[in-house]
Amino acid sequence: MKDTPLSNCERDFLLKAIEEKKRLDGRQTYDYRKMKITFGTDYGCCFVDLGKTRVMAQVSCELVAPKESRPNEGIMFFNIELSPMASPAFEQGRQSELSVKLNRQLERCLRNSKCIDTESLCVVSGEKVWQIRVDVHLLNHDGNLMDAASIAAITALCHFRRPDVGIQGDEVTVYSPEERDPIPLSIYHMPISVSFSFFQQGTYLLVDPCEREERVMDGLLMIAMNKHREICSIQSSGGIMLLKEQVMRCSKIASVKVSEITELLNKALVNDKKARKEGGRCGFAESLPQERITALKMEETSVEMTDATERAKDIVQKADARPQKVPSPVVPVPGVGQVGQGLQNTWGLEEDEDDEEEAEECDSGEEQEEAVTKMEEERHEKEASGEGDVVEISDSEEEDVVILHPAMPDKALKWVHQFSMHCN
Amino acid sequence: MWIKAKKEGDTSVLAAAYGPAEVKVSKEIYDRATLEVLIQPKVGLPSVRERSQEQCVRETCEASLLLSLHPRSSLTLILQLIHNDGSILSCFLNAACMALMDAGLPMSCLFCGVTCAINADGQIITDPTAVQEKESRAVMTFAIDSTKRRVMMSSTKGSFSVHELQQCIAVSQEASEKIFQFYRDSVSRRYSKTL
Repeated sequence: MKDTPLSNCERDFLLKAIEEKKRLDGRQTYDYRKMKITFGTDYGCCFVDLGKTRVMAQVSCELVAPKESRPNEGIMFFNIELSPMASPAFEQGRQSELSVKLNRQLERCLRNSKCIDTESLCVVSGEKVWQIRVDVHLLNHDGNLMDAASIAAITALCHFRRPDVGIQGDEVTVYSPEERDPIPLSIYHMPISVSFSFFQQGTYLLVDPCEREERVMDGLLMIAMNKHREICSIQSSGGIMLLKEQVMRCSKIASVKVSEITELLNKALVNDKKARKEGGRCGFAESLPQERITALKMEETSVEMTDATERAKDIVQKADARPQKVPSPVVPVPGVGQVGQGLQNTWGLEEDEDDEEEAEECDSGEEQEEAVTKMEEERHEKEASGEGDVVEISDSEEEDVVILHPAMPDKALKWVHQFSMHCN
Repeated sequence: MWIKAKKEGDTSVLAAAYGPAEVKVSKEIYDRATLEVLIQPKVGLPSVRERSQEQCVRETCEASLLLSLHPRSSLTLILQLIHNDGSILSCFLNAACMALMDAGLPMSCLFCGVTCAINADGQIITDPTAVQEKESRAVMTFAIDSTKRRVMMSSTKGSFSVHELQQCIAVSQEASEKIFQFYRDSVSRRYSKTL
């Protein structure tokens, strides 16, 4: 399905608003949208809501043979699935540019930073190791997929528990969750990516762009950091030229944001642990807010009105004066006549061209007003541009060209119009 | 785009319906809409199992949707598995029907999915959990329509007699009443304030 293109006026509006330091949803430049982290029933299943962007991550594990070059290390596999549910532009199976980009960024962020201890995943060196697979499904695309995906992935990894393994000599026993409690992965640090979007060749910067803002941005800077202020990965795309100071400033903002997000993440993990311990039902369905539809209403979008009154006054003053109101609803434009029940018929064949007639040239409302009064006083006025001036420009071969003129007005009628009509 | 979350016990499915929208020339049908159903599993890429489930859901939807009202258009239905604890195909069917309803796509009838399992004792269990499904002799899923309570689609696994099959169908038809009542309740709640 093709995606609807962004209209020019929308683009201009967004860029202009950004120049005035205004965002569509009223956020400040460095504000993140409301973030919500919830967990599913199984271990390793995590949902992240970043505003309306929705992402689900699931971690699973499997015993496989290790790579030849690394016989005593486990394997990590990442996959970001751009589900067609997220956006009509995403197609199933097609490896789009965005999909490749997101996958590569997530791999660099999590695998190359060595945040998971892969050596602890080894069971029998050279023969059996754990392969940890992280599947991230994008459920709704409202901008900043990378951040949401990275948060979901690392949270799911922290939440995941792998089955316990017992080794007795040559025998390896994998215990099911019922037999022995599964054990968590050993995670060194939690890299989280923060995205900065740039507009107007790097002049304006926004953190956590929404989908509309992403469409009009010039470039994107992604910084993956952990709470110890270590940069795990930086990616700048879009071809914008950034100054050294800008990049430093962004990294400082990123460190602040990352520590906030890490705190939220840890709180969510602690809450989930508590809930599971108490034996409460936990899962996706439970975590869905109980939307009791007793009153179906949208939250009122807050509209910024601070300088609206002055601007409104300006616009009103500069606007043209309102045309005068005409009491009669009939539009006195040349070429318009009245026909209908109960009305004086003003269409009629012209018998007598010498009949005195009145014609009105009505350009503006004021003239109309004056004309009304004039009419009432002087009923019969001869107009300069009379019927005799009808110039036949057409080279039609018709012999008879009858010109219809409106009939004489009654005293009751106020308006008389002159019009000509070629009778075919 | 419409998203519906359907939950049966612990089994959860998220459904999204897009359409009618532009269709690729290779897939267009001159007098009907092209319905595409995509089932996304939680782990890994869609495999043959998902394809067969997609076919069951697609056949049912095509039977109830009025596709000829939107020729040369595409209707896409995406079903994301959130958690599988048994009765997954009937959960897909219910979520699909609700998403299509919510999207306002014209349908001639509603449909619902009901799963029955026959355990070793010969007892019929509706909406079995994953554990119950594993221990049962046969598992059957039926799609029942709302107008005449007839069977639109059936998918069975395991061995059973004809008599047992007919019993299961009867049980499913009764169970479908509850599901249709649930549809009515949720739709009336959703639109009670807008209309």
